Amino acid sequence: MPIIHIDNKPYEVKEGKNLLEACLSLGLNLPYFCWHPALGSVGACRQCAVKVFKDEDDKKGRIVMSCMEPVKDNLRMSVDDSDAKSFREHVIGWLMTNHPHDCAVCDEGGSCHLQDMTVMTGHAYRDYRFTKRTYSNQYLGPFLNHEMNRCIQCYRCVRFYKDFAGGKDLDVFAAHNHVYFGRQQDGTLESEFSGNLAEICPTGVFTDKTLKEHYTRKWDMTSAPSVCQGCGLGCNIIAGERYGTVRQITNRFNGDVNGYFLCDRGRYGYEFVNSKDRIKAPMVRHSPAEGSNGIPLMQHIRSKIVSKKVIGIGSPRASLESNFVLKQLVGADNFYLGVSAADHSLVSLALKILQQGPVRAASLQEAAAADAVLILGEDVTNTAPMLALSVRQAVRRIPVEQAINNVHVPAWQDAAVREAVQDSKGPLYILNVLETKLDELAKGAYHTAPDNIARIGFGVSHLLSDKMPEVTGMSDQGKAIAQEIATTLKNAKNPLIIAGYGSGSEAVIKAAANVAWALHDLGIDAMLTFTVPECNSMGLEMLGGHRLDTAMDQVLHDAVDTAIILENDLYRRLNHHTANHFFKSIKDIILLDHLYNPTAEKATVLLPAGTFAESDGTLVNNESRAQRFFQVFTPGTDVQESWRWLLQAGVATGNASLAGLVHLDDVVSAIARTCKVFAGIDTLTPGAGFRIAGQKIPREPHRYSGRTAMQADVNVSEPKPPEDSDTALSFTMEGYRGTPPSAMIPFFWSPGWNSVQSVNKFQVETGGALRDGNPGKRLIAPNVNGHTPFFTQVPEPFLPLAGHLLLVPLHHIYGSEELSVHTPGIAERMPAPYIMLHSEDAKRFQVAEGYLLHFIENGHHYTLPVIINDTLQQGAAGIPVGLPNMEIAEAPQLIKI
Amino acid sequence: MLSLVRSMWLIFLHMFHKRETFQYPEQKAPLPARWRGRIALTRDPDGGERCVGCYLCAAACPVDCISLQATEDESGRRYPEFFRINFSRCIFCGFCEEACPTYAIQLLPDYEMAEYNRQNLVYEKEDLLINSEGKYPGYNYYNIAGLAIKGKDKGEAQDEEPPVDVKSLIP
Repeated sequence: MPIIHIDNKPYEVKEGKNLLEACLSLGLNLPYFCWHPALGSVGACRQCAVKVFKDEDDKKGRIVMSCMEPVKDNLRMSVDDSDAKSFREHVIGWLMTNHPHDCAVCDEGGSCHLQDMTVMTGHAYRDYRFTKRTYSNQYLGPFLNHEMNRCIQCYRCVRFYKDFAGGKDLDVFAAHNHVYFGRQQDGTLESEFSGNLAEICPTGVFTDKTLKEHYTRKWDMTSAPSVCQGCGLGCNIIAGERYGTVRQITNRFNGDVNGYFLCDRGRYGYEFVNSKDRIKAPMVRHSPAEGSNGIPLMQHIRSKIVSKKVIGIGSPRASLESNFVLKQLVGADNFYLGVSAADHSLVSLALKILQQGPVRAASLQEAAAADAVLILGEDVTNTAPMLALSVRQAVRRIPVEQAINNVHVPAWQDAAVREAVQDSKGPLYILNVLETKLDELAKGAYHTAPDNIARIGFGVSHLLSDKMPEVTGMSDQGKAIAQEIATTLKNAKNPLIIAGYGSGSEAVIKAAANVAWALHDLGIDAMLTFTVPECNSMGLEMLGGHRLDTAMDQVLHDAVDTAIILENDLYRRLNHHTANHFFKSIKDIILLDHLYNPTAEKATVLLPAGTFAESDGTLVNNESRAQRFFQVFTPGTDVQESWRWLLQAGVATGNASLAGLVHLDDVVSAIARTCKVFAGIDTLTPGAGFRIAGQKIPREPHRYSGRTAMQADVNVSEPKPPEDSDTALSFTMEGYRGTPPSAMIPFFWSPGWNSVQSVNKFQVETGGALRDGNPGKRLIAPNVNGHTPFFTQVPEPFLPLAGHLLLVPLHHIYGSEELSVHTPGIAERMPAPYIMLHSEDAKRFQVAEGYLLHFIENGHHYTLPVIINDTLQQGAAGIPVGLPNMEIAEAPQLIKI
Repeated sequence: MLSLVRSMWLIFLHMFHKRETFQYPEQKAPLPARWRGRIALTRDPDGGERCVGCYLCAAACPVDCISLQATEDESGRRYPEFFRINFSRCIFCGFCEEACPTYAIQLLPDYEMAEYNRQNLVYEKEDLLINSEGKYPGYNYYNIAGLAIKGKDKGEAQDEEPPVDVKSLIP
């Protein structure tokens, strides 16, 4: 490890880094703008100037940009040198000449990197007395606000949006001191990762528009570490609350999962927490529970459970704790997983493959480091958006490595590397039913029906290993594709195979497993990623329970009196008729949920369940990583965690298996004790008794304001602040002010670093893992030495059937998820219901674009407007799944027209 | 003995001095304009609310007795949806006035705020807003800030050039 001398003090630093990274990693305060740990250096802002000396005797030195200078052994430099200091102060003075006088009305204020850096350099007074340049703003859609006057031309936005995230509609225009960052014309930013601009931008050019609706400064928010509920990837987030509503979601760095970024569904999908459709008080038969018939609520519940035949229906969007307590309450024999038949089969298959196979599941960061990617039947941009961002990085890995070796530039020299890389891409193959956004990066993208995708997958695995079944009757084109993919994967070191719930086909998942396992057999370090539909799909499957259709059989045989449904809208799991039938045949429904939905209409007892912001719990993501999320605020209504409601029901009914469980820690250790698969989840975060220097960790920053006035309109005497008996976090601003354990960082802040860039101070090195390790624990280890259970059954090729269409599911980042559509901005970007047909099929059924196609399925009439897309295989029809107005619950399925 | 007589003489003389005691409440002490008394929210020269809801007063307040919620009207102007000062906590330090970037919050030479009921010391925005520009007549934040509002577009604030023509390449 090289030794560098900073201000005559020797420091050991890591090789291959630049001086800025080295200084920041050492904890020194050096201002910067254009550099970002995920984007590398371009040396555009001239802010991070330091002085470098030739040797010990050199007293004059030269000013260099520290982000452009590699670390060398025995290098001598100075951060505190007066020339370097005054250079930095002048640079920021120039950057600020045109900065508008509007911090008071700027949403970035208080978490602004420009403010922090200005204070850090000591540029306290404006010397410039002349006119300021101004710009007109653009409308950028429902997620981001544009205020170009505040721009300091660091180019971070385009470098992230275009270069990193592959967006096409944000660019830099004009010339010299007139450069303009925006779109070619007003309009919604198309990228699914546009929200990150609010964090990437060091000042307030791009700010969070949903935050603007209920604006709160960062210092005024009660924040807690949380986990995104938008899809199965489990990205880490920080949720901030003020006056009883959630105000903002920001990224919580986790070096193994989401890194520095989030997708827009995750960032903006929080507004359901504040929805007016929230269930706020318990209801019995649609009237307030307390005093209903003069009986206390718990007695109502008791009378519906004790000496009755009760079933419990779990939920993939509820925490592990809630599902576990429900399972204990009703007994394992009566516990059903509240997921559709297709999702159940797909997720249990994926789990089986990860548990029994020798290939590991890739984390998002491992996926970003893959050198060849094969995507089978998955539109990852819509089913697991952040995985698409990882794939975009993976495609760059080989060309970047070549550039580093051939041109001899370090990887952080972003502009030079991009110049060397040009348009060359690493191998990515996509087989999907439709075109995807990633197709533009792919060496090959092929579109066909799910069964045919699986057949090509099986073909690839056969070419890799003779142990795999041969696919007979494959077309020449199919053979060629399989050959090409097999050759590429064989030459890769860390190939990644992606499949999942997107295609709705088990055969595709089996094919993906076969390919990965065949590669593993060849001694290649292959990785597998299976996407799963919801935030706790994997955890629910690992917990285990019966299929929902068997619950239906039970109910139809009149063997059930009461169903306890946990955070689930069964109208999204069963088709409309089956669900109606279910509710008609059952006497009492006890539902715990956040929002009024069709299932809530049918509930006899309705209990208000806390959302992620009002609950503590654990989620297991698609790679079986268990992660804890913490309650952000106490709602002040009857809303509480589902597991707490169920524990109270357990007490009321005298349930022995739940006896003695009161707090989160009790439940978590009960899970770890009873279920072997979850061993270790009790150590994810320190328990409720954890203290640093005898203190809890505060959820509120030390500048939190208004404590003695917030509730003064109700009563001038301040109430006692709420206590958190479940965790080591407190709901107040009192507590330990140092670095908390990595799994419980409520917000990123460090003296002098108010913006999100302060995450540097929480990492072992810039861009590296958080101190004391990235949070979360992977529960499944690959079964390396066991027998690999290859799949031998190759599906038959897909043939269009006369008079029939195969419905294939199409997922939408905005719309397919149940809760995020309650955000108006996401609802605005949601597609209207449709059915997608090939033009030949449209001819066959005598419809054209925009016509309504009518069909009857299971006695239910469906009428959907037609969209024509010739990429779709003939005989297949695409339907969007999960949209609020779509009623078809089961796809894929064959329907008669 | 002599000192006693001297003291009595001095006290006797005070009968003919000017009185320091004010006969409050009939008579009131003249206070300087910078007296830190009751807090008020002032208005722009054109009568609009000066407060833009930036939360700086709340952050500066050492006893945390200010709470507010910023919102925006249809013309793009920020204003507080509610603005509450709990005067039963206020220590009249004037930090809020110092922190205010728009001269909206000002401390007035008014100290007559006693109440029998503590709850009455909680002032809402309606109680705080006055029909005056206070100590800084003529100041209008939006004339200086680069943010466009209705009636004042980009480039129309003080010392601003007209908006850049993005399509022009002329230096």
